[in-house]
Amino acid sequence: MTWEIVIGLEVHTQLSTNTKIFSGASTAFGSEPNTQADAVSLALPGVFPVLNKGAVERAIKFGLATGSYIAPHSVFARKNYFYPDLPKGYQISQMDLPVVGQGALTILVEPLSGNAKPYEKTVRITRAHLEEDAGKSVHGAAQGMTGVDLNRAGTPLLEIVSEPDMCSAAEAVSYAKALHTLVRWIGICDGNMQEGSFRCDVNVSVRKSGAPLGTRREIKNLNSFKFMQQAIDYEVQWQIDTLESGGKIQQATILFNPDTGETRAMRSKEDAHDYRYFPDPDLLPLEISPEWIEQVRATLPELPHTKQVRYVNELGLSAYDASMLTSSREMADFFETVLSAVPNDAKMCANWIMGEVNAQLNRDGLDMSQSPITAQQLGGILKRIADDTLSNSGAKDVFRTMWAEGGDADAIIEAKGLKQVSDSGAIEAIVDGVMAANAEKVAEYRSGKDKLFGFFVGAAMKASQGKANPAQLNEVLKQKLAG
Amino acid sequence: MIESSLSQMGAALRAKKISSVELTQLYLDRIAQLNPALNAYITLRPDASLAQAKAADARIAAGTADALTGIPFGQKDIFCAKDWLTTCGSKMLHNFVSPYDAHVISQFNNAGAVNLGKTNMDEFAMGSSNETSHYGIVKNPWDKARVPGGSSGGTASAIASRLCAAATGTDTGGSIRQPAALCGISGLKPTYGVVSRYGMIAFASSLDQAGPMGRSAEDLALMLNTMAGFDERDSTSLQRDKEDYARDLNKPLSGLRIGIPKEFFAEGLDTDVEHAVQAAIAEYQKLGATLVDISLPNTRLSIPVYYVLAPAEASSNLSRFDGVRYGYRAPEYTDLADMYEKSRAQGFGDEVKRRIMIGTYVLSHGYYDAYYLQAQKIRRLIAQDFVEAYKHCDVIMGPTSPSTAFKLGEKGDDPVQMYLSDIYTIAVNLAGLPGMSIPCGFGANNMPVGLQIIGNYFDEARMLNVAHQYQLATDWHTKLPNGI
Repeated sequence: MTWEIVIGLEVHTQLSTNTKIFSGASTAFGSEPNTQADAVSLALPGVFPVLNKGAVERAIKFGLATGSYIAPHSVFARKNYFYPDLPKGYQISQMDLPVVGQGALTILVEPLSGNAKPYEKTVRITRAHLEEDAGKSVHGAAQGMTGVDLNRAGTPLLEIVSEPDMCSAAEAVSYAKALHTLVRWIGICDGNMQEGSFRCDVNVSVRKSGAPLGTRREIKNLNSFKFMQQAIDYEVQWQIDTLESGGKIQQATILFNPDTGETRAMRSKEDAHDYRYFPDPDLLPLEISPEWIEQVRATLPELPHTKQVRYVNELGLSAYDASMLTSSREMADFFETVLSAVPNDAKMCANWIMGEVNAQLNRDGLDMSQSPITAQQLGGILKRIADDTLSNSGAKDVFRTMWAEGGDADAIIEAKGLKQVSDSGAIEAIVDGVMAANAEKVAEYRSGKDKLFGFFVGAAMKASQGKANPAQLNEVLKQKLAG
Repeated sequence: MIESSLSQMGAALRAKKISSVELTQLYLDRIAQLNPALNAYITLRPDASLAQAKAADARIAAGTADALTGIPFGQKDIFCAKDWLTTCGSKMLHNFVSPYDAHVISQFNNAGAVNLGKTNMDEFAMGSSNETSHYGIVKNPWDKARVPGGSSGGTASAIASRLCAAATGTDTGGSIRQPAALCGISGLKPTYGVVSRYGMIAFASSLDQAGPMGRSAEDLALMLNTMAGFDERDSTSLQRDKEDYARDLNKPLSGLRIGIPKEFFAEGLDTDVEHAVQAAIAEYQKLGATLVDISLPNTRLSIPVYYVLAPAEASSNLSRFDGVRYGYRAPEYTDLADMYEKSRAQGFGDEVKRRIMIGTYVLSHGYYDAYYLQAQKIRRLIAQDFVEAYKHCDVIMGPTSPSTAFKLGEKGDDPVQMYLSDIYTIAVNLAGLPGMSIPCGFGANNMPVGLQIIGNYFDEARMLNVAHQYQLATDWHTKLPNGI
């Protein structure tokens, strides 16, 4: 019996504004509890929300980056419930009229195992809405007591809701990663998953092929891609096992426990709150003019997908290379800086970044932003390959030295004497010397023993201490041996 | 001195005929003498008031005094004032000392005015008789067996008994105009958005509006000049050019078209009130105004609409009073839910609980469309009635309240009877229009009657002109209760 998996995601991205969505309090992470709780965060009597335009601009950016509908008129609503970390007794969110409507994100799905090839997929975005984060309950803050830290209360969030378009853990993870890349790319979220800046809720259901949608369960608050994959795999198997053994799936909210690798129900549908949503009378409807959208559009960087197409069409890179080089804004910026040193050698730049640089970063457990070699430094090496100063092996030598000790490519070449010999007179002299020392072999070669050519190359290279330009050396050898 | 207008008082202060300290002490002495029988104030801090008066005197001496510098005002206890206990008439906030000033308070402070004390009010401004205050009922100085009206009953009682030069009120469904009418003083609820709500404890956000209450229209104009203005801390505050609300006070009324809504003179209106209001309208005709018959057909729905929308907003606005961060917390509880339940059960009074329950109900899943959404639709129709009416008239007049002040406890057992006392005022809040009440005579039992003047949006200057011209021609607003 074959089962189809249906997955949709709700992602909470914390927007990178310096101040809260409805007040001037700081959003910095990690401060002493309640030092960033102003009158609005504390919900003192008589204080009101005032919308942070920066949060709206970030929502507009997201809408533009995903080709989504940007609502000219959207409404903030109150979601009412009591909890100590929710000081007003309601969360300000958007319900019926969100700021961002339908859009789409095209992603490259990387299968998690086997030899399956990466493939493109378009995931539809249902909506994205602005809302405020709650504070934090700190259990065990004092003996037998729970403390409340309201520093996070009022931090702006953009909740991005997808259609249930994903059919595997691989697709869900690839979508989440693409979204993670995008929000950092356009500078609306720092993407820090440990600090909770990017949190995923995953809705999972299964059905037999062609059957109507099954009942879904929602895995809350996943803050790592690895956990997301494990949670989905476990949940899918659990649902299939349950159904195949004659059971029924109940709609529920569930949590994933990374220690056991299992999911467990947090609350069922019966426990669902009646949030009594209604338009917040303290806030005017959010009006976004076409002029405002255009102002924001002017600040938008070239998007990953646009870059990919340009890399393929204008730089002649493969689709795979283009996709890898646009996997983050840092990566693309690095590539483009390197390329500016050798504008006609895009393929070489790509090979070096995805080869040597990535390998070293992985070995040292670093990411692109922590690379000890800057793009300018790498450009310096590649420039010397392009102008024949360096051989490929010499270049790798320079790279290793630079990685360990820093420095400028030309200085390293000079210090290590790695400059390639391309002077034709010098090469001819070396070749002449080798032929003179091996007159017998020259005669054998000339009498038809072509195989000896390799011997001469090796001997001449040795004589040049490996510095001879290989192409030139071949050329001179061929001419001279021909007699 | 206490019968001087605010501008005369300001002039006397600036001419150093009296110091602010002397004037403040004069009112403090009157309060000490008369307030115990009236209960118009919840909190008095004579030292703080006198310190402000001293600072005002220094400012006057330095020659930098404003119109209101040195004048002692009462402040409704709904406004947060730094270092002042701010209770909103509720046990829930029995210990809440505000760490900040409301916009209205800082406007008065910046003008150099003296905060004489926090006036009593219905709990969270929910009431029309000032009987729901946790800090005791307020008495009407014209007859201490009768209510002063509400929710700004403390303010109205204090002004009528000259326990302040003037004072602030707030009006969600009539809470400035109805107590002004019942206590024989003047009160103005401006257009929604003219006075910032920042620091004014929210009851129903889309209806709440602060305004001045005083002895004359002229005084109200001076106060509104200080209170009005854009404030970015309240998103519903309107960005408009500053205006002088006293600019038209002395314009003649010839040619003024007064709309008389037939619905305001129908069943339910007491005859003594009707007679006084008709006499006032006749006086306006003498002043050169013409009358236009108009109809506001949907205003009959304003009470049901109001008692869906206001409680809906209130049920959510009052959620922050949970005993977690400030205010009342039950002394004993077993767990979190129990702490919430006991704190709110003990901290809120019956009327507040009633409205929280109504509001929670109308917002509930399955009822929202039938109540909340339907009420919003009718609200727009009510506003549309006024738009239509103002095509034919400049101001609308009628009674403020269907009766004069009723007896203490008379309507306490019947909330719907109590709600009906706001039948002429509520539509104005639903439409967001400005409305005012001025004294226009006395009814049975010699209790004051209020004339309601409803203006078009942002037409406060004209309304004040209309009221002032009447007060030049009549002396109802100068009458004093016995023993005051």
